[in-house]
Order: sequence, then C-alpha cells, then structure tokens
Amino acid sequence: MTRLTIGLCLVFALAGLSLFVGVTEIGPLDLLRGDVDAQQVQVLLASRVPRTLALVLAGASTAVAGMVMQMIVRNRFVEPSTAGTVESAMLGLLLITLFAPGLPLMAKMLVAAGFALAGTALFLRILRMVPLRDVLMVPLVGIMLGGVIGAVCTFIAYRWGLLASLGAWSMGDFSGVLRGRYELLWIAGALAVAAWFAADRLTLAAMGRDMSTNLGLNYRATVVIGLVIVSLVSATVLVSVGTIPFLGLIVPNIVSLRMGDNLRRAVPWVGITGAGFVLACDILGRTIREPYEIPIATMLGLIGSVVFLYLLLRTRHNAAA
Amino acid sequence: MIVIENLTKRHGSTPCVDGVNLTIAAGGVTSIIGPNGAGKSSLLSLIARLMDKDSGRVQVDGLDIDTTRSEVLARRLSILRQDNHISSRLTVRDLVGFGRYPWSQGRLTAQDRAKVEEAIGFLHLEDLADRFLDELSGGQRQRAHISMVLCQDTDYVMLDEPLNNLDMKHARNMMRLIRRAADELGKTVVLVLHDINFASWYSDHIVAMKAGRIVHAAPVAEIMQPDVLSSIYDMEIEVQEMDGKRIGLFYA
Repeated sequence: MTRLTIGLCLVFALAGLSLFVGVTEIGPLDLLRGDVDAQQVQVLLASRVPRTLALVLAGASTAVAGMVMQMIVRNRFVEPSTAGTVESAMLGLLLITLFAPGLPLMAKMLVAAGFALAGTALFLRILRMVPLRDVLMVPLVGIMLGGVIGAVCTFIAYRWGLLASLGAWSMGDFSGVLRGRYELLWIAGALAVAAWFAADRLTLAAMGRDMSTNLGLNYRATVVIGLVIVSLVSATVLVSVGTIPFLGLIVPNIVSLRMGDNLRRAVPWVGITGAGFVLACDILGRTIREPYEIPIATMLGLIGSVVFLYLLLRTRHNAAA
Repeated sequence: MIVIENLTKRHGSTPCVDGVNLTIAAGGVTSIIGPNGAGKSSLLSLIARLMDKDSGRVQVDGLDIDTTRSEVLARRLSILRQDNHISSRLTVRDLVGFGRYPWSQGRLTAQDRAKVEEAIGFLHLEDLADRFLDELSGGQRQRAHISMVLCQDTDYVMLDEPLNNLDMKHARNMMRLIRRAADELGKTVVLVLHDINFASWYSDHIVAMKAGRIVHAAPVAEIMQPDVLSSIYDMEIEVQEMDGKRIGLFYA
C-alpha cells in the first residue's frame, strides 16, 4: 500500500511538472503568489491542465486496456494495436467521417468502438480456428489482421482525400489537446476503474474456459465485458489524441514481472505506471527540441520497441532454459 | 450421489460417450479405468458441465446440471482437468484463493483465508505459497492445482489423471492424499486413472469403460479379477493378492 502511495506521488509530481513545461513561461511559485497575468491563466486552464489530465487518463486507460486484452486472449504479447482493434476503430472513424461528418464526437467515438469490438471479435474467432503452437504466433496473427484492415483504411482514405486525418489518428499526439477537446477521455478513465471492479473475473477468465466454468464463472460474459472495455478505451483514446503504440504492451508486462497477474493487485499499478510513463514521454518530447514538439507516438515507438525487444528475448531465453 | 442417465456425446458421428447409465454413491474414492479413447475424460467433463452433452441427464445430489446455476454447482462439485496451462503469473496462494471464488466472489473473508491456508497446508505447499506458478516444477504445480480444488471445498471432487507428470514417489503421495481427502474431509472423489494398480490400492469402487460404454462398475475386488481385466484391456492380466490388496501383473 505504501509503495502504491509513492507511485501515486510520483505521478502527481510528473503531472505538476507537465503543467509548467511549455512555450509560455509559467512558474509554480508565481502561480502560488498570484503573480500571473490573464494570458498565463488562460494558457494554464485552456491548454496545460487539459493536456495533463488527458495524458494521465489516456496513459492509465490504454495500459489497463492492454492488460485486459492480454487476460482475455491469454497471451502476453497482444494489445489493442497488435490485435486489429485500433485499425478497426480507425476504419469506423474513417467511414463515419465520410458518411456523417456532422455527427457529434461522442457518436463518432461509439461508431469507432463498435468497429473495434467487431474487429477484436474477429481476431478471437481467427485464433479459435487456427491451431497456435507458439505464443508469438498470436500477436503475429493480430498484426496481420491489423495490416489488412489498415490497408482497407489507407485505400479509402487515399480515394477520398482523408490521408491526412488517417495519419493524425495513427500518430498519437497531445499537442492539440485543449479544453473542450479531451473530455471524452474521462470515459476511458472510468472504464479503467470498471476493469478494476471486474478484476477477479478477468483474472479467472485468463485461467481458461474450463477453470472458469469449474469455479462457476460465466466465461463468455466475462470475455464480452473485457472486449467492451478494450474497444471503448481504444476508440475513446483514438478520437481524442490518436494511437499510443506499445504502451498497452510494455506496461502490463513490466508490472507482471514484478507483481504477477492477479488483476486486483496489478490494475492500480498498471494504471499508475501507464500514466507516469506517458507523462514522462510527453514532457521529454516537449523539452528535447523546444519550442517544437516530438509526438508521443514517436517517443513511445522508440522507447517501446526497445523494451518490447527486451521482453521478447527474455521470453525466448526463459523458454530455452 | 451422482446419477447419470443415458448420457451420450458424439464427436462427429462416432459417440465418445454412448448411453452411459451410472450411479456414483456419496463418499469414498471411485476410479474410472479403461483403454485409451474409452471416453473416461469426456465422461468426467460431461458430469462437470465443461462439455455440452448431446442427450441424457446428470444429477448431482438431486440438482440437474442443465437447470442448476453454474455458481451453485461450483459449490457442490469441482473438477481438475489434466492440462491446466495457466499463462498468467499467479502465486500459489492466489491460485488456491481462487478456489474460494464460488463462495465469496473474490472478496475473501477471514474464514476464506483460513480455508486457503488449510488447503495449502494439506498439500504441504507452505514454503511455495508466495512463489509464482511459472517458477514451479510440474509436480509442484499439480499439487497447487489440487490444493485449489480442495479449497473450493465441494462435496464432489473430480480429477482427470491426477498422476500425470508425477514420478513414483509423488504419484503415491498424491494417491495417499486423495485417500485422506475422502477419509478425513469426507469428500467423494472421482478419478480417471491409467494405472490399474493405483486404482486397486486406493479406491473403493472401480468403473471400467470401453468404447464409450461402461462395461463394469463394482467394488474393487470384483473388478480386479483376471478375466474381468483381460476383457477390459484385451490382454492377459494376472492378479495376485498382497496384504489384502489386489495387484494386476501385465508386464510379461
């Protein structure tokens, strides 16, 4: 419990730091003294605070969604962006942008979530049909499925001049976050909390259908709950800030190494680590080449791929031992 | 008491369990034996609702498995299948604790925790309780699973080939423990066993299956007869008596 408190304090510290990093100089002490002008207050309330909240919410919920996905699929190396979930959400978003561009953001998000759900269900169906001997085959199948759906997206976007939008969605970036344009992420945050409430069921489902049934759990219903959480989180994050790659993969794996996979214990840690990780990457991306920014997707792609490789090699090593 | 009436399950057109009628009395150890592909494991899975049956009825203490809620059944009857590959990293204590799920839905009470420690102690897993399952040997993991099933604290415990992957010493210890679970905890244990001599030594009743049907169901002494065993396995099996136990000899 105390270690969890320390983790929370670290996230708060990073969030505090995030408030005061940027082109407009705002000092924490000036703020406390009330020594700030109207423009600085404006920047703080309209941009810095929303951006920081968005980072925390998106980071925590994306990491938790990754963990939930790994529990449902019973494979360490899947996350929404290696299972066709994100690409399906993008397809939904693309179609709704084409056919009903006037719809409110909430409706667009729900359509994207519906597509994400269908795409993930398709992934699970393919997994059931293909006998998989190797743990790494599962994410490979997911990446291939994602590739196919992604190609459809690119074709449609190319044909109707939406390639720029597609590029923005697939490249997660928090620089455009302003008040009024991030609030959907509260839904993602709430879903991460919901995952915590369903923690025992999800942990049980990860033990397999037979074991769950033996213990009286409705396996199918639990998988559906997990899928809904994963799809809604993916869609919400996608329409708000774009895709955040690798996060849902590396954070649950790192937490699992230390704490194991009992979700009741692990979910708070996954959330905190996800939020902290995204905050740190974003602050770094904002400072490395000030006054310009490096998008979070680039930062995470770089750091994430290295960590992912390490985890893969570690698995190989353990399997050989 | 488990009452099975006319139970049938087909894979494609060939039945793997073919019109089985069987009554398993409460208390004691019952072993199901028979050649490969006789439908022993399928029968166990059908009784424990892990597999959907094509026709027939199964009642556990008068509760029909079709109409009884799964969580109610989970407090009466537990099953452990032979391949329990768990890919998640759980500690032994986590796993055993999930045995209490049917009773407490994950919110362990003080009484649940006492049961967990008791089940861990019953399998002598105290030193391993906080280790992760993927750090254990096959035999230790098997014991952890059995401990979980005992922690579930059901009247009926079904174990599908619990001696799989165990060496002689651990296999014998496992059978002694199963005997103790029946004698001291009053469990009704139903096992699928390949080794007829373990079945003979530790069970009260033996059910013999062949080609999806039950060919014999009787107390041990009636099954452990040369002619009966030979007809089940289609091979010569001698039977000798030692210390009042019957041992089948089929090595020559």
